[in-house]
Amino acid sequence: MTSGITLNDYLLVSGLLFALGIAGVIIRRNALVIYMALEMNLNAANLALVAFSKFNKLVEGQILVFFIIAIAAAEVAVGLAIIVALYRRKQSISVDQLTTMRL
Amino acid sequence: MNHVAYMYGTDWGMGQFPICSVWLLLFSPLVAAALITLFTKERKGLSAALSIGAILISFALSLRLFLLFALKGIQHQPHPFEWLVIGNTVRIEFGMTTDALALLMLLVVTGVGLAIHVYSLGYMKGDPGFSRFFACMSLFTFSMLGIVISSNFIQIFIFWELVGVSSYLLIGFWFEKPSAAEAGNKAFLTTRIGDVGMMLGILLLWSHAHTFEFSELRARLPSLNLSIGTLALIGALIFTGAMGKSAQVPLHVWLPDAMEGPTPVSALIHAATMVAAGVYMLCRVSWLILPSETALWFIAWIGGITALMAATIAIAQNDIKRILAYSTLSQLGYMVMAVGLGGPTQAMFHLTTHAFFKALLFLGAGSVIIALHHEQDIWKMGGLWKKVPITFWTFLIGTLALAGVPPLSGFYSKDEILLLAFERNHVLFIMAVVTAFLTAYYMGREVFVVFFGKPRDHHAFDHAHESPWVMTLPLVFLATLSIIAGWYSKVPNFLGPPHEAERHSVLLTGGLILVPLFGFLVAAKIYWKAEPSDAPVKAALGKLWTLVENKYYFDELYHWIIQYVQGTIATVCDVFDRWILQRLGIGGLSVGTGLLGRTVRLLQTGSISGYAFLIGLGVTVIIYCAVVR
Repeated sequence: MTSGITLNDYLLVSGLLFALGIAGVIIRRNALVIYMALEMNLNAANLALVAFSKFNKLVEGQILVFFIIAIAAAEVAVGLAIIVALYRRKQSISVDQLTTMRL
Repeated sequence: MNHVAYMYGTDWGMGQFPICSVWLLLFSPLVAAALITLFTKERKGLSAALSIGAILISFALSLRLFLLFALKGIQHQPHPFEWLVIGNTVRIEFGMTTDALALLMLLVVTGVGLAIHVYSLGYMKGDPGFSRFFACMSLFTFSMLGIVISSNFIQIFIFWELVGVSSYLLIGFWFEKPSAAEAGNKAFLTTRIGDVGMMLGILLLWSHAHTFEFSELRARLPSLNLSIGTLALIGALIFTGAMGKSAQVPLHVWLPDAMEGPTPVSALIHAATMVAAGVYMLCRVSWLILPSETALWFIAWIGGITALMAATIAIAQNDIKRILAYSTLSQLGYMVMAVGLGGPTQAMFHLTTHAFFKALLFLGAGSVIIALHHEQDIWKMGGLWKKVPITFWTFLIGTLALAGVPPLSGFYSKDEILLLAFERNHVLFIMAVVTAFLTAYYMGREVFVVFFGKPRDHHAFDHAHESPWVMTLPLVFLATLSIIAGWYSKVPNFLGPPHEAERHSVLLTGGLILVPLFGFLVAAKIYWKAEPSDAPVKAALGKLWTLVENKYYFDELYHWIIQYVQGTIATVCDVFDRWILQRLGIGGLSVGTGLLGRTVRLLQTGSISGYAFLIGLGVTVIIYCAVVR
């Protein structure tokens, strides 16, 4: 534990991951890929939480991570179901073609 | 006892009266008006009885109070009650004033009012609005009595407005006639102009003194150290109220038009109530006006100009009531001038005698009008003196009294004012003397044309008849008062100290006696013939005649002012309202909101990536702001 890796390094990685996730959500058109990018955002947050937990000697951060993983699993089930339903209806999962919620 | 101390009601006498007598006196006409309006509209006899009964009660109580005060010096104890309380600063009492001034005025209002009420029984007979007429008359009486006993400015102002309202109701009594309805409006609006000035004056005074009570104001006025300008402004503003109600130039235009009302109303307005209110109010607050030279100067000149101008207009009128109306204006001018010359006592004296003979003249004119079946043009009358003897003789007495012929009341009161003017201001004195001459002249004209000469309308003449006793009795009553009211030379003394004039030369008084006689002589020379006409005077005066016949074009001037000045302002306001407020303000706001909505709607693209980008941007900005700052 005396290695040169500091909290800042973890946070940097976490931030980069998060930025990548956001970029993916914004740039990609495929709903499945956007979904994966969203998962990346969650995991960026997880990484930050775990890092804080370790360096501050607090266990609550890790407990929170478990919750996030559990909820993410549930969410994936719901999200994938929605995507499947969308595909059945529109024959496409490209968000460019899913712009009916506008004037 | 010393009447001076009681002159305008600062300290109170020792007598104990039943509490209710003044309240009863004041409210009985109001109760009558309410009862008539609510319950007895269908029963004309009962309505008249209620109204006359109410004013009889008021008259009896006034007489009792007056006699007790005049003979025994017992003064009524005031019993004010708290009326309006606004916060901690403004407390307004519903007070009562029962000093010499108020008692005299109460007597005049109720006495003359009573005669007019009785007379109305005959004059208004068969009118479909008989009950309504008596209800309005009672309301009018109540309002006027309220002014008389008021003990503070707010009270007097509220009753002042009530007088305005009731005069509106009565002048426009025959509202189905458009001219009557318009005359009612004109009277109300014109007097309102004056009232606004009066209200400003009252508020200005309050802002300095923080009280409305006459007695307190009077006591504290010297210690307030008001500047000369403020004092003059307050005096002049309060005078504008009187200018409206007492029909002084330039707010006099409503009074001649008020002739549209039934004749008893004209008599009531011109003698005892409405126009007297202005002069009475000036006398009531004379302590406020007397210290200011400027205000006095203003008042005196307005009065003098009104007196002379109205008298010149009167010489060229053809309506029997209009001549009297202008004569009222002229006499009011005398009274106001007297106040302005520092003699409220003389003004009140003239007000009292004038109330008697002017009511008499109006009622006499009404009797002639009824005799000729509602004919008012003097050139369609003539030779009536044998047909309506009682009316003629009483009218003659009224005329002589108005002109100021010696043994009659008008002489004494007018003489006092003329002497006052002689002492204080010679220009005004000359104007007043010319007015006195003209008064005799135009009254002579009216009498000669109406009652003498050959009858010009034979049909009307043949059907002319003397009025019933309910109409002639008030005439005789008022004629008696017109004769004797001046003899009681204590009337002016009753109000205050006799004015300390040096003995005037017999020559001056003698000259003043000759003035009206001269006026009558001239009138007789021109009009006392079988076929009188205005032609010689018209020829002698030329353009001047047209000028006075058209009343100096005051109405036309006001029409012009309203048409162009007020019309222009109205147009500007209209344009402002229509284009600036409506289009730019309200329209702009709605169009702006719409445009904003349309613009913002463009952001809703339905594209998930776009939303994600905006959310990301927003969160970044928020975090940036939260962390960096």
